[in-house]
Amino acid sequence: MLKRVHFPASALPYLLVAPQVAITLVFFIWPASQALWQSMLIEDAFGLSTEFVWFENFQALFEDDQYLGSFRRTAFFSLAVAFLSMSFSLVLAGFADRVIRGATTYRTLLIWPYAIAPVLAGALWVFMFNPTLGIVAYGLELLGYEWNHQLRGGQAMALVIMAASWKQVAYNFLFYLAAMQAIPRSVIEAAAIDGAGPIRRFRTIVFPLVSPTTFFLLVINLVYAFFDTFGIIHAVTQGGPANATTILVYKVYNDGFVGLDLGGSAAQSVILMVLVIALTVVQFRFIERKVEY
Amino acid sequence: MAGIVLDKLKKSYGGTEVLHGVNAEIADGEFVVIVGPSGCGKSTLLRMIAGLESVTEGEIRIGERVVNGLEPAQRDIAMVFQNYALYPHMSVRQNMAYGLKIRGLPKEEIDRRVEEAADILEIRDYLERKPRQLSGGQRQRVAMGRAIVRKPQVFLFDEPLSNLDAKLRVQMRLEIRRLQKRLGVTAVYVTHDQVEAMTLGDRLMVLNGGRSEQFGTPIELYERPQTTFVAGFIGSPAMNFLPATAEGGEVVLENGARLPGGTGAGRVRLGLRPEHLLADDGGPIRLQAILAEQLGASTLVHGTLEGTDSALVAALPGTRAVTEGEVLGFSVAPAQMHLFDGEGRRIG
Repeated sequence: MLKRVHFPASALPYLLVAPQVAITLVFFIWPASQALWQSMLIEDAFGLSTEFVWFENFQALFEDDQYLGSFRRTAFFSLAVAFLSMSFSLVLAGFADRVIRGATTYRTLLIWPYAIAPVLAGALWVFMFNPTLGIVAYGLELLGYEWNHQLRGGQAMALVIMAASWKQVAYNFLFYLAAMQAIPRSVIEAAAIDGAGPIRRFRTIVFPLVSPTTFFLLVINLVYAFFDTFGIIHAVTQGGPANATTILVYKVYNDGFVGLDLGGSAAQSVILMVLVIALTVVQFRFIERKVEY
Repeated sequence: MAGIVLDKLKKSYGGTEVLHGVNAEIADGEFVVIVGPSGCGKSTLLRMIAGLESVTEGEIRIGERVVNGLEPAQRDIAMVFQNYALYPHMSVRQNMAYGLKIRGLPKEEIDRRVEEAADILEIRDYLERKPRQLSGGQRQRVAMGRAIVRKPQVFLFDEPLSNLDAKLRVQMRLEIRRLQKRLGVTAVYVTHDQVEAMTLGDRLMVLNGGRSEQFGTPIELYERPQTTFVAGFIGSPAMNFLPATAEGGEVVLENGARLPGGTGAGRVRLGLRPEHLLADDGGPIRLQAILAEQLGASTLVHGTLEGTDSALVAALPGTRAVTEGEVLGFSVAPAQMHLFDGEGRRIG
């Protein structure tokens, strides 16, 4: 045991931690407490008077069909994004893991989408799928399928899911590839000698062995779909048509900055905050213990 | 059951050739050990037989089939890896059943075979445990079990004992040998440990720098090593090599000592096994002692040939105190003198 005298009291540790504490205070604690305070206020449309109403805003939200609808949409959206991008990147990582020649090139190219800002990613997909100009929309029309996500809610949802998943594939890919490369070669070889073909090896050996990564990525992807997809939705659909792609985080913006219902918007962001805290707790609780296999 | 034939087997990585044409015929049911220092290509050779490495040139036949182009699964082999390569997410039972399940055997048959193998290996109590709950020796047994249940034509072992402690290694060595004899399956075993090689193999292939130096029974290799490499590699403690001159049925050492025996003429290297040096006060081989290692059953005397710098080791039975600088006399039977030419090849 080291004795206390080895560590004389000094201001240095506090000084070193101070920037991080300051950042957390300014960018998290302060706005979060502001939101909490604001969620209990009702303001008139002109900003002339405010009234403290306790939890009336929350109550109103849970009686609002539009809000509950947005909740369901968000759940669908985030699960779809997580599933799509994770399964896609799992397959890509599976292939990249087998590649011997040019492996670095593949990896580099697959990582690029992650460096693209969400709004730009959204813009890319908007152009490809624009009903009058988009190349993909044109191709679909040739095949006899009419694409118009500006009118059809289902198509709009599909489009933002695709765009959001595509952007996250790179991130998931990195983690899956690292996890696969951590599996001892000889285990895979033993399975090959046991008679398992590539697909069976992937299903019965590789996939179970990367399950801790899968769980970790599931949480990360849900958080991503909940929050970081704002830019994509804003660029692609603005939450439309007819709120078909208004997920919770977009509704916070829409109600607050467009609809000027500051109290209701703040209440929504408080709910989102609780959700992300819950997800983080789940992640810490389970990731630290690692998924048992 | 099947034998294995290796026909002028070559392997290159890029432009570098690591195996330079290895030939061998392994009989059905034979236990062959491939032994050599690290980097000699022995693991590569084994992995080529398994189908985990491609063949650059030459042919591998298992039974009557040429297997060069076959996937590992189609070769009807089982392999035990150095790190055991157990599937960490499966129980011992599932580990052993995996290959059988893939082959679509009925469940009762799988259970029967797994339990039979578990009985042979005495791992029945651990069948429901995960590999990480087992000790090294138990994991080793599971890896063996996984090989046995498949009833393959050939067992391949890639240094399976090198992760175990010395005592367990000796025990598992015997078990592997017993098991292979009992099942009568052809086995190829790779190791860098010459004691393991000597005790396990019906025949040994000594591999050096991608070439087979000698392929024969352990006793052949010990008694008539064909090269200085084999002579130095097989046997413990290692053989002594002394520069010498052969002339008229005698071998003349550097210090002028004359030993009767030997053929040929000119400069040679004389190989003498430490255990073949017989204490003989008037003997022609004079060893100036530096120190002695007491092993209990025998004493290893390290020193030099008197009057030279050539290192010389002798094994004396029992315990014997030796003082530094003491000169001991030895003689050797002519049949136990090994002469090698300048290229390290055996003469006579």
